[in-house]
Amino acid sequence: MSVTTSPSSGRSRPTRATDGAEVGRRLREGDVSAAPATLNILESRATGDRDRAVALLHEVSPQALGHEPRGHIIGVTGPPGAGKSTLLAALVRQLRDNGYGVDLAGNASQPTRSQAVIAVDPSSRRSGGALLGDRVRIQLEQPDPNVFIRSSAAGDRHGGLARGTRTAAEALAAAFEVVILETVGVGQGETEVADVADTVVVVVQPGGGDVLQFLKSGIMEIPDILVVTKADIGPLATRTARELRAALRVLGAGHDSHDAPPSVVAVSSLQPPAGVDDLVAALGARWQALNADGGRALKARRLQTRRAGALTDFTVEHGEHGLRALGGRREVERFLAAQAPELGVAELVAKLDARMPGERSDNVLQ
Amino acid sequence: MSSDGAPRLPARDRPWVMRTYAGHTTAKASNELYRRNLAKGQTGLSVAFDLPTQTGYDPDHELSRGEVGKVGVSISHRGDMAALMADIPLGEMNTSMTINATAAWLLALYIVTAESQGVNQDQLQGTTQNDIIKEFLARGTYAFPPGPSMRLTADTIAYTVEHVPKWNPINICSYHLQEAGATPVQEIAYSMSNAIAVLDAVRDRLASLPDGGGESAMGQVFGRVSFFVNAGLRFIEEHAKLRAMGILWEELGRERYGVTDERLLRFRYGVQVNSLGLTEVQPENNVQRIVLEALAVTLGRNARARAIQLPAWNEALGLPRPWDQQWSLRIQQVLAYETDVLDYPDIFEGSKVMDGLVAQLLDGARAEMAVVSEHGGAVAAVPYMKSGLVESNRERLRRIESGTQIVVGQNHFAETEASPLTADADGGILVVDPELEAQQIEAVQAWRADRDEAAVKQALGQLARVAADENSQENLMVPTIAAARAGATTGEWAATLRDVFGSYRGPTGVSDAAATGPAAAGPTANGEVIPGDGASADALAAELEQLREQVASLTERLGRRPKMLVGKPGLDGHSNGAEQIAVAARDCGLDVVYEGIRLTPSQIAATALQEGVHVIGLSILSGSHRELIPLVMDALRDVGVSAPVVVGGIIPERDVELLKRAGVAAVYTPKDFDITRVMREVVGLVADTIGDGPVANGNGHAHPSAVTTSPLSA
Repeated sequence: MSVTTSPSSGRSRPTRATDGAEVGRRLREGDVSAAPATLNILESRATGDRDRAVALLHEVSPQALGHEPRGHIIGVTGPPGAGKSTLLAALVRQLRDNGYGVDLAGNASQPTRSQAVIAVDPSSRRSGGALLGDRVRIQLEQPDPNVFIRSSAAGDRHGGLARGTRTAAEALAAAFEVVILETVGVGQGETEVADVADTVVVVVQPGGGDVLQFLKSGIMEIPDILVVTKADIGPLATRTARELRAALRVLGAGHDSHDAPPSVVAVSSLQPPAGVDDLVAALGARWQALNADGGRALKARRLQTRRAGALTDFTVEHGEHGLRALGGRREVERFLAAQAPELGVAELVAKLDARMPGERSDNVLQ
Repeated sequence: MSSDGAPRLPARDRPWVMRTYAGHTTAKASNELYRRNLAKGQTGLSVAFDLPTQTGYDPDHELSRGEVGKVGVSISHRGDMAALMADIPLGEMNTSMTINATAAWLLALYIVTAESQGVNQDQLQGTTQNDIIKEFLARGTYAFPPGPSMRLTADTIAYTVEHVPKWNPINICSYHLQEAGATPVQEIAYSMSNAIAVLDAVRDRLASLPDGGGESAMGQVFGRVSFFVNAGLRFIEEHAKLRAMGILWEELGRERYGVTDERLLRFRYGVQVNSLGLTEVQPENNVQRIVLEALAVTLGRNARARAIQLPAWNEALGLPRPWDQQWSLRIQQVLAYETDVLDYPDIFEGSKVMDGLVAQLLDGARAEMAVVSEHGGAVAAVPYMKSGLVESNRERLRRIESGTQIVVGQNHFAETEASPLTADADGGILVVDPELEAQQIEAVQAWRADRDEAAVKQALGQLARVAADENSQENLMVPTIAAARAGATTGEWAATLRDVFGSYRGPTGVSDAAATGPAAAGPTANGEVIPGDGASADALAAELEQLREQVASLTERLGRRPKMLVGKPGLDGHSNGAEQIAVAARDCGLDVVYEGIRLTPSQIAATALQEGVHVIGLSILSGSHRELIPLVMDALRDVGVSAPVVVGGIIPERDVELLKRAGVAAVYTPKDFDITRVMREVVGLVADTIGDGPVANGNGHAHPSAVTTSPLSA
């Protein structure tokens, strides 16, 4: 590691857990400059960094915060070439300059104070390396300290997310007002995004019949917002949007029962893209719905995502074998459902680890 | 053979227009150089502008730092243009300007300067390069998004056809495509597709006018479109390429645009021969390379160049001096006046071999043009074509690295005596005075202080008004010329349009490059058979595999995959080197962040911090490394990034020490294009930062295979 601000420097330091906790505390206090160090720690698999990660996450769990992390976690996914990056660039600018358009009380909104974008690109199967090219399309003309952009390689993980991306999004939500995860993939590829995002946006281009098929077959969870790009193509885009709306009506509402039916938004691909206002308004409406009534819907969704995340992390670590050792997937789900709602993913995983027969956990949380 | 069977022409052909791509520092210094060159027998001018002028910034803009007067002359306003052309009669001169994004502006300055000499615009002869698509593809000096850029191009063409009838308003460039690695088929297909996009845009423009631009307007437009091509060392195939382009061009004129006048259907081209194959080691060999390449564009009368400029022998070392350029002019003069190339009718007519080659290239080009068309034409297909070029260049570099393509003095026959040519005190290159930038900044500020500010404001307001109306029937050239007359500056003209049109970043072309192993020996994609037995290709594959192992073990130790930032500071748009390093680093197993061209030091530093990179590679070919690299190092320190930095580009030997003192860990020049070795050293640098010493450093055997593009590549 070479970034001096990073506590995850490979040079041996005696205070791994404390410097992880320090980064977590900075996030908790809303210090967005802790973002690079957060990612350096959470993406790392090195032993020392795992201790740091656990300590960091502990500081930003709902338990430590006393409330849900306040940032809106938005997952953006869709097939390659659908125009996700172009859309994201416009979205980030729009949020930065004008916010959602209207706030929770229906007044003109404030610009979004801070945004984090994590863009995940696939890795080469052959070399293991990756070319991370999305940043160039998202980047602002001048560096803005309140807009953090990080490119991540998916590595050998399936499900569209890089290692640590999900936990990083949760951690960053403690400091940033909006956290956007961009992943490549559609169908099964986007499932992990749905396990972390408060709002799932699926981007398709006109004639993207696959999406319709995935929706109908149930492989793809129903997104909260569907964006049809390249709306300037005209009739094809209009037809695609119409077909998607019809399919969604047949299939019912969004993935929580509290939700309004998914929005379908058409955005043009020409510069500057038109229709981004509609997307931002849809995001604002969704965020408003999640926070209504004391944030009941948000709490329910976050609880669901944390438990799903804990299950995923545990399975990645211990495999099916580990699940069987704990009595099978259903049993693990039941166990997680019985835990206190304010526990973070790291704490939930630690509880599962502790139940593994014959494994002595040296986890700092035990 | 001529119709009466005589082997010789009744009268010797007139030689082509002879130019030298020249210009540096100030308008005054360049004017002196031009007048000296004309006295030496040069018959036309070819103006090289510096990067700020090409991309629409004044010398005092942040992005201009380190670039003012470097790769060409700095021209900010009509005063500069008047000084550049002082005592050169513009009514008689034929002036080619390598200018694209800001072509409309520089043409306006030229027209206004001619006026002040008492020469009407309808007398002017010359060329504005004005080919924006290849800027997105290969050269990088774009300023506005594709749509508005095409509108500017169409307007310049429409304006000149009416008011400056002897001007070539556009030079469709295949030159830069070859410099970016294009195969002959790609060069033909992409440039022809590009021409179609431009002609279609002009056709639409004319159709929007009340009278449709007049009866034969499209024929006149077609007849004014010329090409700027490249010629590589495989000069027989290169000649066939030009014949193929002539055939396609005529076909296009007849079939797509309904042109019937034979004169308007002629394929007219100028050429600068290949710089990509020129070497830094044993640079004297470049002279024979340049001579042979010149044959490709002169031997056959039916496809002979109208204008030629030749690169200098030392382009891979740095900026050529006037003496170096004189040598290149003398090559042309010997070819034209001492040999018998101009004595005969077309010497390839009836040759089965030549006809076969042409037919093969035509087939390939037509197929590739169909693919571009399926992508929605050249503008929409820019990302497709760009990744095609990156891929071809990677193949080429791999063949050279593995030794299957021989480069004399480079990967074969490397033993050499010390060269007396580079032994001079200045190392055999031109050095631009660093004081110059400050002087130019002062000069432009003095110009602004001394003009009628209200008139400038008013003129730029008119420009903004016309630009803002997408469907305006007014030609953008008209308010542009008015702004030039009023004394506006290059930066002001471009900023006005940037405000209206928005800014733009081009595609990088690297994301789509396939991950593969080294090229095997044998025939290449275009049927080219290369010497070599394949053994060295296998060795290269083994080396790469070994390197991936090292990266894998380093990944374990770091806890995550080593991450590299590849950055291009400054205005230099020649991204070949950066692209190849980015792809190679990925192929070795690194995670690579590449953001494309034209980044400020603070942007690079912010990215390095946010991305948590382990190593940074910077590429500069414009000669501005002395100023820009230390600025980047400072910016990195300011944000607290201490990752090792390596620099690649055309870096003269004596600057290496300066860069190392600024904190750079390693410097790579064209002679280091054994990419696998470079990557091994980069990986070693990352390993060093974690304290356990280098990850098995390999044996570092000499395996040079340098090839480069030139900072002067027009």
